Amino acid sequence: MRAHAGAGALSLFVARAACLLVRGFGMRPDGEPVDRAPTGIPAAIPATGGFGRNAERKGRTRSLIRQWGDAKARRRVRSGHLLEDAMKIRMLAAACAAAAFAYGAMPAAQAAGDTIVLGAAVSLTGKYSTNGKNTKDGYDLAVKTINDKGGVEVGGKAYKLKVVYYDDESTSARGAQLVERLISQDHVDFVLGPYSSALTKAIAPITEKYKMPMVEGNGADRGLFKNGYRYLFAVLNTSDYYLREAVNILAEQAKKAGRDPKTMKIAIAIENDNFSQDVRDGIVEDAKKYGMQIVIDDKLPAELNDMTATLTKVKALKPDALMISGHEKGAVLGIRQVAEQKVYVPMLALTHCDSAQITEKFGKESDYAFCGSQWDVSMTYTDRWFGNSQQYADTFKKAFNYDPPYQAAESTASVEVFADAIARAGSLDKEKVRNALAKTDLMTFYGPVKFDATGKNVAKSMVMYQVQNEDYVVVAPSKWASAKPIYPAPAWDKREAVAKVSRK
Amino acid sequence: MSNLGVLVDAPILIVQLVVSGILVGAIFALVAYGMALVWGVMNIINIAQGEFVMLGGYVVFYLDRAGVHPLLGIPIAAAALAVLGAALYPLVIRRLVDRDMFVSILATFGISILLQQLADQLFSADIRTVPSHVPGLSFDGGLISIPGIKLAGFVAALAVGGALVLFLRHTRIGQAIRATAQNARAARVLGIDTDRVYATTFALNCAICGAAGGLVVMTWFVQPYLGLTYTLRSFMIVVAAGLGNLPGVIVAGSALGVLEEGAGFVLGAEYQTAFIFLLLIALLIGRNLMLARQRKYLQ
Repeated sequence: MRAHAGAGALSLFVARAACLLVRGFGMRPDGEPVDRAPTGIPAAIPATGGFGRNAERKGRTRSLIRQWGDAKARRRVRSGHLLEDAMKIRMLAAACAAAAFAYGAMPAAQAAGDTIVLGAAVSLTGKYSTNGKNTKDGYDLAVKTINDKGGVEVGGKAYKLKVVYYDDESTSARGAQLVERLISQDHVDFVLGPYSSALTKAIAPITEKYKMPMVEGNGADRGLFKNGYRYLFAVLNTSDYYLREAVNILAEQAKKAGRDPKTMKIAIAIENDNFSQDVRDGIVEDAKKYGMQIVIDDKLPAELNDMTATLTKVKALKPDALMISGHEKGAVLGIRQVAEQKVYVPMLALTHCDSAQITEKFGKESDYAFCGSQWDVSMTYTDRWFGNSQQYADTFKKAFNYDPPYQAAESTASVEVFADAIARAGSLDKEKVRNALAKTDLMTFYGPVKFDATGKNVAKSMVMYQVQNEDYVVVAPSKWASAKPIYPAPAWDKREAVAKVSRK
Repeated sequence: MSNLGVLVDAPILIVQLVVSGILVGAIFALVAYGMALVWGVMNIINIAQGEFVMLGGYVVFYLDRAGVHPLLGIPIAAAALAVLGAALYPLVIRRLVDRDMFVSILATFGISILLQQLADQLFSADIRTVPSHVPGLSFDGGLISIPGIKLAGFVAALAVGGALVLFLRHTRIGQAIRATAQNARAARVLGIDTDRVYATTFALNCAICGAAGGLVVMTWFVQPYLGLTYTLRSFMIVVAAGLGNLPGVIVAGSALGVLEEGAGFVLGAEYQTAFIFLLLIALLIGRNLMLARQRKYLQ
């Protein structure tokens, strides 16, 4: 890619040189003699070429060329060489332009110096920039660690990984443009996914068109996998799984209390975007399985910052569970307004709690909330690059100074999947790597990765936390649970006084 | 419309919705004061209004982090934003006064993008919030709950509105502002430094937005892309109230707030914003028809 900047500068230089050269001929390409000195410069230029004033020294060379060119032109015109010269100039100009163009269009050196170049459009600015940064940090840590541990072995040679980033500004159209550029202009070897389902949905058709394998860890929308894409691979669970476990917990708790799960009422409030709509669909499907009622089904528009109307409905209809999904904003608003307005629900389930840092922001008010997550530090999956999840978290924290949310972990896992597949394919050929990816059966610290025919990871399961004593505790699935879920949450007047924890 | 049935069964909820709507609408009305002022005096539609609110919110957030009580931080935010406004005026706004509306929209749109992205770079897009430290009220076994900070916001909006009216009526600079708004050339002829008047108006607008931003971060949260909501809503309120009608601004703001909450409850949250936009369109059409009868035109 850097060669391209060089090529651009070179073509510019060649163009300017061509202009000077043309002037030197004393003629324009169409056969007109070049103008005399433009107004402002003294018409009578002494033949000796001495100009005496510092300010004119800069233009001296050009004027000399012009003078010589003018004189030469006059001689050539008089001797009948006008047409010849005009044609010569045109051909020279055309040749220069063609050379510059051809040089500029040369593909940038890829896999040069034994480097595998991965391209990624991530959200460094815009509403997803927090998680975009998590994604980028995840990719960077993976590349650094894999390179430090020997890189990727392809055909007996060790290759280093490198990621080229562009900022998609959290806009789908921009993301699509940038990936097109990465593939067709920058000639990256493979593509890593962006942050968010919306952006992944915009980019997938492009990687599919160019038959470019893409491994992503941050686009969980189910719709992505219904289009028959062959070059899309996702390491994370699809978004409908985020809160399904909450519905299961609700059913379990109902049975424990001797109630029929059919009598449980669920209220759903989501922000009207791809991801949250899928979360809602997952809840609705599992609720239907148990015969539970959905009493509130609100879809808040993106610019709405106040949930009072929805929460008033919750107060009126008294559901058994309130499930909110709206990225970080939903988590923050949910905890804050539920506590402020003393809305009582036996179960409050959210997404994105950890990246919204609700325990740091709200302390005791965030207690008893259930959170869906793709990954947790307590998982004991291990891989050869990072060890287990706790070791990954320590490495990450040392490198970037904050605890890794699952968005970072799944980004790191994406790079690991590529490293593994490229090594197995033994080549950088896109088709071979694509087929190697389809046969992936890899254990990472993030979880097992095995893709089905549509590119989904079917080997990993989601995790459900509950905030107990301002700490995230895994309560489901039971294999990983470190504590029992507390249901129903105690009433507001029975909770301890809200402590003023140090807020971030 | 089973939700309508719920309202009929439990009319107490109507009280909650109305109260909540008035309080939320008041904060928007605060931002709308500034918008009305700038529009009325300088004929500039300030698209960057929401961004000033956002910046005020960040000032209060960082002051809170530094240990300053957020309620104290609000006047400080107002002062800081006034300084920013006074700085922006000679840079950009001076060239936009009394020019084509498109030019002013374009320029302020540019300012808004600049401020948004600067905020994103400096503060990151994380959602920031400040605990309100103001206890709330709760009636009827929790069915009606009024967060204290929203009540504080309402009081602040009334206070600022009243102060603004008194300021414009009884102080010299306020009278100068009104004179300039009526006829800038005549004001200049009579010796009023209209440039200073415009600068003061713009700085005043930014100060009001800063204070509103402090309230916003304490009531909800702040993030760099918060601005558009406030720009749109303040624009709507000013249009609904009519230019030059300051007391009308808080009435319109609160009314829109109530209608929004009602629509959210009955129709569902997804129609909340759509409903008031439709209402605004209906209002404008209605007003145009009414004026047409009197052979006037909507300005």
